[in-house]
Amino acid sequence: MTEKKNIFDKMMTLDRRWVFLFLIVVCVATYAADFSIPINTEQETESIFNFLDSLPPDDIVLIAIDYDPNNLAELHPMTYAVVEHLWRKKVKVIFTSLSQLGPAMADQAIRDISDSLKIDKTYNYNGVEHNFKGREIVNGVDYTFLGYKPYYALIILGMGQDFRLNFPNDYYGTPLDDLPMMQGVINYDQVACVVDLSGGNITDAWISYGQGRFNFPLMLGLTGVMTAQYYPFLGSGQVSGIMGGLLGAAQYEELADNPGRAKDGMRVQLFAHYVIILFIVLGNIGYFMSRRKNLEGGN
Amino acid sequence: MKKTTIITFAVISALFLVSWIAKGMFTEGSSPFLDGFLVTLAAFLTLAIMSFLYKDNPYYKFAEHLFVGVSAAYAMCLGFWSTIVGNLIPRLSSGISEFFKVSYIEGDYNFIYFIPIIFGILLLMRLSPRGGWLSRWPLAFIVGTTAGLNFVRYLRSDFINQVSSTIVPLMIDWQGFGHFFSNLNFSATGQLVMMFSNLVIFIGVTCGIIYFYFSKEHTGWFGRASKIGIWILMITFGASFGYTVMGRISLLVGRITFLFRDWLEIIS
Repeated sequence: MTEKKNIFDKMMTLDRRWVFLFLIVVCVATYAADFSIPINTEQETESIFNFLDSLPPDDIVLIAIDYDPNNLAELHPMTYAVVEHLWRKKVKVIFTSLSQLGPAMADQAIRDISDSLKIDKTYNYNGVEHNFKGREIVNGVDYTFLGYKPYYALIILGMGQDFRLNFPNDYYGTPLDDLPMMQGVINYDQVACVVDLSGGNITDAWISYGQGRFNFPLMLGLTGVMTAQYYPFLGSGQVSGIMGGLLGAAQYEELADNPGRAKDGMRVQLFAHYVIILFIVLGNIGYFMSRRKNLEGGN
Repeated sequence: MKKTTIITFAVISALFLVSWIAKGMFTEGSSPFLDGFLVTLAAFLTLAIMSFLYKDNPYYKFAEHLFVGVSAAYAMCLGFWSTIVGNLIPRLSSGISEFFKVSYIEGDYNFIYFIPIIFGILLLMRLSPRGGWLSRWPLAFIVGTTAGLNFVRYLRSDFINQVSSTIVPLMIDWQGFGHFFSNLNFSATGQLVMMFSNLVIFIGVTCGIIYFYFSKEHTGWFGRASKIGIWILMITFGASFGYTVMGRISLLVGRITFLFRDWLEIIS
């Protein structure tokens, strides 16, 4: 005769598909609901924001879009938040993509952000109201998109000598010397900092071949999975700031007073984490109660 | 083929077609039916991949194989057009540059650019059953240069810099107990918090190294330090796992956004 299962035994043998279903239902319901949550900013994101916010107009920042569509959900909001902030301040941007599918990501972000900057907006951060007059973002004047080249380590080293070495033309086929903003821009010496938004080990190359060799300020925007691995570089001063996953992007949006996809996604994160914690607690209760029952039963 | 498999396939195909037509009819733009097809295809592939959570099935396998195939082909085309056509040909020949419609770089002619061409061809010899051994030469070059480059750079960035950042003072700005207690605060950059942080780094690194030291039995004070090392490792793995969970949920949020906003247009 089969022994009747109690609730704790059922907890231990719960089909994982019920967990997935419950999680998806909670995520969809939370996403559909209209509410907001406060975002507390951290020092590692603040240091990136403060550095970029302190740059005068016409300074140049190199942004490396080193991620593919599989990391789009986490890293695209960072790109939107950082680039929009820079263009609001009339800081020029050089884009590169050392990830194979990165050019499409960069191209989409450039088009979307250019569109959103055509309208007048008011931002309120650092206790000051900033009025932004909508303007056209022009290729070759406000930004240069270098595109993709394989073997990222060699490209990072090559750009330290001359951007034209690996990128004689930009992504759209225009020679770099024909672009107004690239006049007099030779290598990293003319760049205020590098922001690497990465979903893979290209970040290692930016740290060792880029920052290690050419000593420019390096800031990272990383996927959640990678973030903990790169904290030692923050402690050693090799990296000036880290935005970790969707939370990092949401913090930047909060700092720049530019709520977007990341802040929206953090609402879902909150409730998804509650569900995961609930199942961890239930699973542990089930495990300990079943073990106690077995011990009492002499098994 | 089972009857249920055929019915499932027919239902999914019908839903796909309905979605495509509906998206095409209600999408604005220059090519609404193409946009509608692409959004519907993306939704189908998303759901096909997610169906693996229920169990392995042919739709998941199709989406997976399509992804691998398209990625490989895309990488090869991108490598050809961006490196060979974009970088190499403009430095070699004005005639071929004209053929590929890229601007020839005057005065940059250098015989050394023929070396990567030769090595590239040798690398492709791997496909030949008789000349496969020739691919070892470029492979040896790649392995050798990569190892050489990485050795120097990683030694500096991942070893020396990391070791030096671990050797931190335990007493920061120490001017006696009077000064310490009169300026006591819990700010992140304050003396107390900084000293405590450095103490955690010192104990964490020391105990972590002790845990991986196997030439002495882990008993007595050595064993206790080793146990602290395990705790430090567990906390590190826990933090890493926490970030991983956040990352995975972010991906789910991304897909939900696509399915319910871009495809179904239920959530604005």
